Amino acid sequence: MSVRSILLGRQRHVFDDLKAVMAAASPEKSGDRLAGIAADTNERRVAARYVLADIPLRAFLDEPLIPYETDEVTRLILDGHDAAAFAPVAHMTVGQFRDWLLSYDCTTEALSALAPGLTPEMAAAVSKIMRNHDLIVAAAKTAVVTAFRTTIGLPGRLSSRLQPNHPTDDPEGVAGSTLDGLTYGIGDAVIGINPAGDNLDACMRLMELFDRLRQRFDIPMQSCVLTHVTTSIKAVEAGAPLDLVFQSVAGTEAANRGFGVDLALLDEGRAAGLSLNRGTVGDNVMYLETGQGSALSADAHHGVDEQTVEARAYAVARHLKPLIVNTVVGFIGPEYLYDAKQIIRAGLEDHFCGKLLGVPMGVDVCYTNHAEADQDDMDNLMFLLASAGVNFLIAVPGADDVMLNYQSLSYHDIVSLRHSFGRPPAPEFEAWLRRMDLLDGDGRLAPQGSSVARRLIDYRASA
Amino acid sequence: MSTPVDLDPFARFRAVTRARIGLGRTGDSLPIRAVLDFQLAHARARDAVHGHVDFAAMAERIGADRPVIRLKSRAADRPTYLARPDLGRRVDPMMLADVSKGAYDVAFVVADGLSAAAVEAHGESVLAACLRRLGDLAVAPVVLGEQARVAFGDEAGEALGARLVVVLIGERPGLSVPDSLGAYVTFDPSVGRRDSERNCVSNIHADGLPHEAAADRIVWLIRAALRLGLTGVDLKEDAGGATALPIV
Repeated sequence: MSVRSILLGRQRHVFDDLKAVMAAASPEKSGDRLAGIAADTNERRVAARYVLADIPLRAFLDEPLIPYETDEVTRLILDGHDAAAFAPVAHMTVGQFRDWLLSYDCTTEALSALAPGLTPEMAAAVSKIMRNHDLIVAAAKTAVVTAFRTTIGLPGRLSSRLQPNHPTDDPEGVAGSTLDGLTYGIGDAVIGINPAGDNLDACMRLMELFDRLRQRFDIPMQSCVLTHVTTSIKAVEAGAPLDLVFQSVAGTEAANRGFGVDLALLDEGRAAGLSLNRGTVGDNVMYLETGQGSALSADAHHGVDEQTVEARAYAVARHLKPLIVNTVVGFIGPEYLYDAKQIIRAGLEDHFCGKLLGVPMGVDVCYTNHAEADQDDMDNLMFLLASAGVNFLIAVPGADDVMLNYQSLSYHDIVSLRHSFGRPPAPEFEAWLRRMDLLDGDGRLAPQGSSVARRLIDYRASA
Repeated sequence: MSTPVDLDPFARFRAVTRARIGLGRTGDSLPIRAVLDFQLAHARARDAVHGHVDFAAMAERIGADRPVIRLKSRAADRPTYLARPDLGRRVDPMMLADVSKGAYDVAFVVADGLSAAAVEAHGESVLAACLRRLGDLAVAPVVLGEQARVAFGDEAGEALGARLVVVLIGERPGLSVPDSLGAYVTFDPSVGRRDSERNCVSNIHADGLPHEAAADRIVWLIRAALRLGLTGVDLKEDAGGATALPIV
């Protein structure tokens, strides 16, 4: 452990170790206050950023924030570090790295080559001294492309998850939300449902429902039932038509244990998904969710700030070669991200850090009713993320998730972003929408009440 | 093609889902009616979170029949309560000094939680329905908890010396239901109990579980917990005849 300090005027700010610098340098988050590690004055926060800017990137290889011996995520990060890929930036400080990220030298190709050489702690560190502007501009230069039945993350595209949640998994209710979304051209990243329970039979019924729909209309899509990885493994064994294996993951071994997983089990889940060989244009078979605060809520953060722990979850994600990953940014609650300012900041941080590390990052632009946020704030965040080149966003009917009781984006919002930014859905899905006459050459939706839309809506889920 | 069903292609789904489907659009955007409907629902949810339960009036009404103790958590106000759940889980130590232990089987805590509207609408009625079914047990003075979370009941119940505590609390509001009440039953309440050591009856509201049915389930849990000496994941509601209870 090495103490670092800086003299600002007459005040000397001392930081006991690297994780104290990181925590103090973090933009204000209620979760870091709750953990008792946030900077206690505004000056101290900036002091920590001065200190952080002068720390060599290499320091994060030499001083693990969470011990190598006791945490398998730290071992994954350090054992998997690609020194050759790191070489171009190995001489840089965090501050120099920030300047390089924004320079003309930093191209999409350079970032793709660099990704395996970066650790989550390096990504988190540089993000802490980057303004929202910097996070957007740098993220927009990244490209992380993955595929299963559609190809996601191609430059100039914007994909979406269609989330047809229902409080009792009623098949007609789920079908209503799904068919509505398809008429808006939503679902090219995934049609993904949070089931009401972890019951294997119920999950398998949902998988079958989506698979029948896919085959009936010949949709190039993948579905996912967001159940625990052990349930997905059982579903594979039982012969269910499973496309993607889901799991929530976090940035420490202890927090993952709180989710009932470890790296070995996650590997097993991925192998189960791969064994079915159901992808047509790629074999990225996992869907992962993360979110700042999840480790703290499991009391498994090791005194590390919530944004850095979140970035460490992307090392877990990167290892699993997922199709899609998203932060559930405003879902975890105001004790971790208090208001829209914190939610928006966290959304941009998570997207930037994920993409920088080579993770196919999306965002659930969302909030709960006890957070200081509303739909205007979500409008802001979705436009910012679209500018940053986000791989995909989540949408639910009318922005209202009637099962999880929180608000996300509406199907309308995705269509609106596609038009505003000229970013069509994944190419395979776009071709299907054209074939179905659901989308015209200008990216416009079919007229309301048109016969093509009716053909979809009249589909009987139970038939 | 002029039957009423054809006017709304989503008509067949509306009976089975509250999801905001088939909203229509103007260009890519939501029609104004859908925008305002959403804003109204969100406004009600926000008002429920930030509303105040009139605990003084409630204390007076409940106090007509039985002793009442008003307590506050360590969270001084709503912003603190929302940002610091740890403070909402603990009782203000100054007030705790006034609580004396007794030989009680059950203590009830009515807590504001995340929905003042839920507590105002359902708290007293569910409490009364439970008490009517528990005439044979020693019931502690009713605690009214301000800025309180579920675990607040652990410390309050412990201070009262109760074998078991029931916390009736406002649940986090969704857009479709801003006033849903939850009941958390915890055997041997003491500071540090985990959520896996509790049983919960949730979704008590006008379109969910009715008050009397909720009381049936809560009282079943109370009696089973006192008999078995535990609550939590090891106390399954489908054991011991609970199948006769209404399922939401």
